[in-house]
Amino acid sequence: MNQNKKAEFKLLIMRTLSYACLIFLSLLCLFFFYLMILNASHSNAELQGKWTFAFGTHFIENLINAWNDASINIPRGLFNSFFIAVISALLNTYFAALTAYGIYAYDFKLKKIANAFILAVMMIPSQVSAVGFIQLAYRFNLTNNLWMLILPSIAGPATYFYMHQYLEASLPLEIVEAARIDGSNEFVTFNRIVLPVMKPALAVQMIFAFIASWNNYFTPSLLLTKAEYKTVPIMIAQLRSADYSKFDLGKMYMFILLAILPVMIVYVFLSKSIIKGVTSGSVKG
Amino acid sequence: MKKKDDSNSVSYAKWGYIFIVPFFIVYFIFTLYPQILTFYNSFFENYMDGLSHVGPNFVGFDNYIKLFSPDATGSITIIKYFGNTMILWILGAIPQFLIALLLALLFTSTRLNIKFQGFFKAVIYLPNLIMAAAFAMLIFGLFGNTGPINKIMVDSFGLTPFDFLAQKISVRGLIALMNFLMWFGNTTILLMAGIQSIDEALFESARIDGASSTHVFFDITIPLLKPIMVYVAITSMIGGMQMYDVPQVLTNGYGMPDNTSTTMVMLLNKYLNPSRNYGMAGTISVVLFIITAILSLIVFRVNSRKD
Repeated sequence: MNQNKKAEFKLLIMRTLSYACLIFLSLLCLFFFYLMILNASHSNAELQGKWTFAFGTHFIENLINAWNDASINIPRGLFNSFFIAVISALLNTYFAALTAYGIYAYDFKLKKIANAFILAVMMIPSQVSAVGFIQLAYRFNLTNNLWMLILPSIAGPATYFYMHQYLEASLPLEIVEAARIDGSNEFVTFNRIVLPVMKPALAVQMIFAFIASWNNYFTPSLLLTKAEYKTVPIMIAQLRSADYSKFDLGKMYMFILLAILPVMIVYVFLSKSIIKGVTSGSVKG
Repeated sequence: MKKKDDSNSVSYAKWGYIFIVPFFIVYFIFTLYPQILTFYNSFFENYMDGLSHVGPNFVGFDNYIKLFSPDATGSITIIKYFGNTMILWILGAIPQFLIALLLALLFTSTRLNIKFQGFFKAVIYLPNLIMAAAFAMLIFGLFGNTGPINKIMVDSFGLTPFDFLAQKISVRGLIALMNFLMWFGNTTILLMAGIQSIDEALFESARIDGASSTHVFFDITIPLLKPIMVYVAITSMIGGMQMYDVPQVLTNGYGMPDNTSTTMVMLLNKYLNPSRNYGMAGTISVVLFIITAILSLIVFRVNSRKD
């Protein structure tokens, strides 16, 4: 009995420590974003003055100032980023699914090689081809062209890998055979029968592709040099090189808030499926 | 499931080709050809000098020799920046793995039976999705000389103000902190999946045999988790080699103090922007490619041994 109680007490302590640890790490994750929102509600004068943990009253004012800023056109940046991210996400998932289905469902000579090739190039970082990419963009006058950032997403090896695994796990080829007997064209079969089966995989990968594109900084910063084509991450980096002493800090925090808000909103609604997608994409079995 | 090969049956093979062709055409145009061009560039002198274009002139391995030659102070820039990149990665990766392993064990422990797992996981994974450039800008604002962290230190704790961006240790520390926050949730989720894939019966029988929890941890959990840990560690290292957004924005590209936080990709960026030095940038890309390829091969070996 005594032994039992001792064990129970030990478990209680362990559990308390576990929760303390989890709460501490959660607060650490949220702390900086809390400070961001807090600071975005203060005027520049307040931020230059004494520090306070209370929320200010200048949130809307900062929002209006940031939105109408003369040097950083954030509405334009948000539009550019949205435009690129939404179309990229659609193309990325659709063509990854199409490619995965092509390799999964049909028997043809180059099937194995095609699959092996995509898996082999999956790990190559995009920075490695950036030099040639930028050189070609300059040669063909395609810098400051948003499509240069959209079209490459048609070939996403990692998305392909995920889709291929998903098909193997969830699409019996009998369904396809049945459609064939009904006289359905192969392309129509893919769009009408296979894609609906893949809906969960498409949704998860679309979110990941959207976020990856939204946050992408390296290649866009080399490609987009004109103000009207710049995306949000480039504008945020521009804040850093501005003369900090003359800067309206309330507005600065508002810019940062606007940059991460779209992803935060997506995450509030879809965190469950996003977290599920993390594992299924990268670890087998 | 072989199809019968009578003359009436239609061959569907052509559809396989039709379906995969767009992917491959785009890959060749936008990735493979630029990559070959990048490697090709590494053997040429080719850059902008103000408004005039120098080259392209074939120079053999001169760019490589230049890249690996010591500068006036006797240090080799690329080696120094490779070292920086590794240090920045390791400083973030060590706490990332230890904390992630701890959390994965807490979440999967049936005895502890942690509640609100969905909430905790959602919160710790959140920083991974935040725009790295914006996160770095935020940290810059908060830790700057007039930022709230310094004010809290001075007002509430009576400390002297600290210039976080002037000291090697604090700049590296901040970059490591951001990398840690961005990745420990991700690693936790991957390790959890690894622990959950271990056969529950193994733990049961160990417990029946009277093994202590430390014993179970070191003799069952760790050995069986090893392939996934190696996979996660090396993919993390591949990601670490590409580190760019966070140090670039935090230090405004200067890698202060004295280039002790400049990474390899930041050097690549320096050669491309604004001088468009395709030769030297191409050479750095080749070095990056070789490092990544070696690491990827290790991942591949680990993965195939597991199957």
